[in-house]
Amino acid sequence: MTTAATTVAGAGPISGAPPASPRVRRPLHGKGGAITLGVVLTYLSVIVLIPLAAVVWRGQADGPGVFWHSITTPEAASTLKLTIVASLIVALVNMVMGTLIAWILVRDRLPGRALFDGLIDLPFALPTIVAGLALLTVYGPDSPIGLNIAYTRFAVVVALLFVTLPFVVRTVQPVLLELDREMEEAAASLGASPATIFFRIILPNIAPAMAAGTALAFARAVSEFGSTVLISGNLPFKTQVASVHIFNQLESDNVTGAAAVATVLLLVSLAMLVSLDLLQRWGARRG
Amino acid sequence: MASPGVLVRPGLRLLVVVYLTLLLMAPVALVFWRTFEHGLGPVIDGLTSPSTLHAIQLTAVVAFYAVIANTIFGVAAAILLVRRQFIGKRVLNALIDLPIAVSPVIVGLALVLVYGRLTGVGKALASIGINIIFSVPGMVMATIFVCIPLVVRAVAPVLEEIGDDQEQAAATLGAGPVQTFLRITLPSIRGALAYGVVLALARSLGEYGAVAVVSGRLVGRTQTVTLLVQERYLNFDPETAYACALLLVVTAVLALVISRALAPKEITR
Repeated sequence: MTTAATTVAGAGPISGAPPASPRVRRPLHGKGGAITLGVVLTYLSVIVLIPLAAVVWRGQADGPGVFWHSITTPEAASTLKLTIVASLIVALVNMVMGTLIAWILVRDRLPGRALFDGLIDLPFALPTIVAGLALLTVYGPDSPIGLNIAYTRFAVVVALLFVTLPFVVRTVQPVLLELDREMEEAAASLGASPATIFFRIILPNIAPAMAAGTALAFARAVSEFGSTVLISGNLPFKTQVASVHIFNQLESDNVTGAAAVATVLLLVSLAMLVSLDLLQRWGARRG
Repeated sequence: MASPGVLVRPGLRLLVVVYLTLLLMAPVALVFWRTFEHGLGPVIDGLTSPSTLHAIQLTAVVAFYAVIANTIFGVAAAILLVRRQFIGKRVLNALIDLPIAVSPVIVGLALVLVYGRLTGVGKALASIGINIIFSVPGMVMATIFVCIPLVVRAVAPVLEEIGDDQEQAAATLGAGPVQTFLRITLPSIRGALAYGVVLALARSLGEYGAVAVVSGRLVGRTQTVTLLVQERYLNFDPETAYACALLLVVTAVLALVISRALAPKEITR
């Protein structure tokens, strides 16, 4: 999962986890190791594990009936549907555009590509509320180009596209960089067309990275909050995403409702992490 | 090749340039334009108002504690994951990535459910005078949560790469674990550690969702810069909102530039 994590971190491309070293790792002996492990586990428990467990526990504490009711109220259902559908669209657009951007950055002599390359990570570094404000400046009521998409579902998709832009680019780019071009040259000399070379040689090689980047973009889109707050207007039944719904339920003291919808999102996240782990193995097996 | 083939490459180029311009460059550039639209005066006023100065100071304090905590945790966890073998290591490895996939609002909700004022833990802590939620400790915890993977994932690959020959040699020559860490391990991970710390700092300064939930967004008390941007914008003070947004944009760009310069070799191209 190293690639996934570091990419999300904005670390830029890292070509997979380092190969398992032949070095013998010391077992956890001695006081030092045990104490360190204890501190690390306590830290994770206090900050991450116990709080997340509390969300799941609170979501179903009033029984499965209440849980089901909370996630199927018309507002919750519409918010979950919008979140999933918008995230799927965003993931697919990222899969195509992210791969294309990575290809242009690696293989094309596009003038100014160093600038583009540096800017790709900006959505990772930029606070999400600022991303939302920036998009609202261009595509809001005061749009200088006269294009006002504020408070529409399209605006939600655009905000999610902004924050997920780097994922596919940064997972595919290192694989393209390391791809052996001799195979492509051999295919070309044997008369293969560019399309054949792409679909028969390049695509199979970058497919695991594309899938991993797309899954990450989907997971991020599903859980996104800050960038949609200003530009979506958070209209119930129209542009309200799941995170905003959770926020509003919490603000109006419907903690059970908030926790129930949060549990659904957590399950989606967990499914994504598991499939990423499997993708990682798939990618490693294919070399 | 027929004529359509010739057009593919320029077409793809154009598509990428237009996509990146519309989605990324134009919005960020327009924040600059909107901020300085009415000259420098409103920008300076916006950045030096008492509430802005308070927000900047609070953001720095929260980020400082969160980064310190995550740096210590990150190095310890990276050493455990790379140098030691123990039961449940794969689970720990996966757990460290968990915060990436969790919505910031859920991070906030999770902390409120355990440390809120109406919970057992919250009441117990309140009785000894410690308030977590709607206060700085909760904001620090929320920020720690979202930044947990950054330092670990920056340091671990370098630890793996340098190996432990030197550490073993030092131990053989009689150095204790602390001495080995300070004299051998720490100097060799310095670059990667600085890189992880810059990423964590940038993320901490810009965190919005999780802090929005746990802080209660009390104006002038628990309002960070990101929360101020939203509050000022919604309260018809776009000048201050844009001035603070620009401050965050400049911070983000600086962090990107510094992190690129610091990135360990295998990460840079």
